[in-house]
Amino acid sequence: MACKTCELFDSGHRACGGCGAALAARLVTKAAGTETIVVSSTGCMEVFSTPYPETAWKVPWIHSLFENAAAVASGIEASLKKQGRKEKVVIMAGDGATFDIGMVCISGAFERGHDFTYICYDNEAYMNTGIQRSGATPYDASTTTSPAGSCSFGNKRPKKDMPQILAAHGAPYVATASIAYPADLMQKVEKAINTKGPCYVQVHAPCCTGWGFEGEQTIAISKLAIETGLWVNYEMVDGTVTKVKKVVRKPVEEYLKTQKRFRHLFKPKRQDAEIAAIQTIADRNAVKYGIDIQLKKE
Amino acid sequence: MMQMTEGSHAVAEAVRLCRPQVISAYPITPQTHIVEALADFVANCKLDAEYITVDSELSALSACVGASAAGSRTYSATTSQGLALMNEVCFNAAGMRLPIVMSIANRAMGAPLSIWNDMQDSISMRDAGWLQFYSEDNQEATDLHFIAYKVAEDHSIQLPALVCFDGFILSHTYEPVDILSQDDADRYLPKFAPAERLDAADPISFGMYATPEYYLEFRYEMDRAQKRAKEVIAKAGKEFGTLFGRDYSALIEGYKIEDAETAIVAMGSICGTVKDAIDEMRADGKKVGLVKIRVFRPFPTEEIAKMLAHVKRVAVLDKNISLGSKGATALEVRDALYGTDGVSVKGYVLGLGGRDVRKRDIKAIVSLCEKGVGDQFYGLRQEVL
Repeated sequence: MACKTCELFDSGHRACGGCGAALAARLVTKAAGTETIVVSSTGCMEVFSTPYPETAWKVPWIHSLFENAAAVASGIEASLKKQGRKEKVVIMAGDGATFDIGMVCISGAFERGHDFTYICYDNEAYMNTGIQRSGATPYDASTTTSPAGSCSFGNKRPKKDMPQILAAHGAPYVATASIAYPADLMQKVEKAINTKGPCYVQVHAPCCTGWGFEGEQTIAISKLAIETGLWVNYEMVDGTVTKVKKVVRKPVEEYLKTQKRFRHLFKPKRQDAEIAAIQTIADRNAVKYGIDIQLKKE
Repeated sequence: MMQMTEGSHAVAEAVRLCRPQVISAYPITPQTHIVEALADFVANCKLDAEYITVDSELSALSACVGASAAGSRTYSATTSQGLALMNEVCFNAAGMRLPIVMSIANRAMGAPLSIWNDMQDSISMRDAGWLQFYSEDNQEATDLHFIAYKVAEDHSIQLPALVCFDGFILSHTYEPVDILSQDDADRYLPKFAPAERLDAADPISFGMYATPEYYLEFRYEMDRAQKRAKEVIAKAGKEFGTLFGRDYSALIEGYKIEDAETAIVAMGSICGTVKDAIDEMRADGKKVGLVKIRVFRPFPTEEIAKMLAHVKRVAVLDKNISLGSKGATALEVRDALYGTDGVSVKGYVLGLGGRDVRKRDIKAIVSLCEKGVGDQFYGLRQEVL
């Protein structure tokens, strides 16, 4: 049961100031409440929250490996079921652990239909190892393994559509959320936890260090991702999109220019074709999810 | 009750009697019959366990990690490539001190792909922190599961355990095996009472990361637990003997070793062949004996040094090879006998990938050892080299 006044992810952890993932952990644990067991994958959150002998987690917490959180959670769920216990199992894993290295374990666990909630805090690259591209890295983002250079605009591929992949597994509830909208995020997490079966919530969690912006801009930048249509907040129930956050869209440029990872699109010279290609991604999102608010003509 | 049964089914019966609460396993030859039998038990309400049909061995052992951390007795089984795929989880489960028990139907490692027996799979896992038991026959393979749980779950140990038995040679062979009754099994193995578990009523963190200020001590504590396990195994093995008449208190067993001039050291099903060969060599006047290693981790270094102190020479049989070095057992035995005057230790790598080892091979190895020839592969087909 949710506990909005609880602080189950304690202060004093080692995250950067303005860390989107740390805020996600705080909000997710509030939404999940005390009767929760959290499973983390290896990554920033695991490292900044549990340097032995200290832990930021006030709920039972386990980290095993990078790629196996979904399988560990499967075992916990089976174990609790066998013992007749009622705690909820919540996974908190980064995008590298989710989109890439954990895919086999995730696919197996979702297909088997375990009762757990998988939260992916998506900061769009391998941040813990120093900002390498993952399957969640957006088109043209410069990372240390997809650097922009004299013959490259950075990451060559768009984000993998994980929510659709997991919806295709028959997940009863799949949602995307953003730390910029905490009430919406918590509501979705609560809904996922209270839906029987494997549920997935992908949380946009900007990383000031990896994306290149000042820590106080985290919320503003997450909002811009939604306002430009590059991130869409929606819910899917049994594979059907049931709810979408609508916006009066801004040009993608307003989002891109706030972050160093897209700086090469503006300096030393403006790359109009690339910016237009990213605008096309946002436009397609807008059509696919119907996010545009139609303003009445005066 | 004595039953004529396949090795895998005897092991599955033992596992059933140990009452695992969560089973998570993935099919792989020659382990498959065990997990099929367990699935059948669950399907027919002969075993009240959650049975997770995972997507890979990686997930199989990972699910056991979660299930064990949440406080359930857990079980898995695998072999060869499957164990290799679990490698990372094996280290992790031991580091988190989770008393998972896993059966290994020993099989060679590819490439080249081979489904047949040797011990390269589990021997390659020797540094992961798991207790390792090896079985000579199906009775031992069966009984060792009870002992493995008892020792692994002991609060002074809290380490996972492998129970190894030779693929096909034991797993697919019918032998008479005495299967305990459920009452006897329960009398020997109490319900799992974890020292710590994931529990909302008492939240703790499992699997935190350790800086250089702490990591060394974590490894030291694991090694201490391994060493403590010698005594706990002895106690658990003795109790088993007292209750059921089969004493497993010794980590090693001698066969006609007391007056032996040449000692053979071996593990697993090959020990039966060695014993027969020894009987024949004894009849010919050769003083040969066997030291059978039942527990490879913790390694019975002192026990071996003591049992072999009086022999002239030792022939160590290894169904594994640390390529570029020697067989793992030969290295350990040489270490055990270091400083013992007058004992020559020679290693023989043999039987890899299911190559048969016959009595005449054992006799030939003893002859080689008597001539001081060893530290080599035995039984190579020169014509294909």
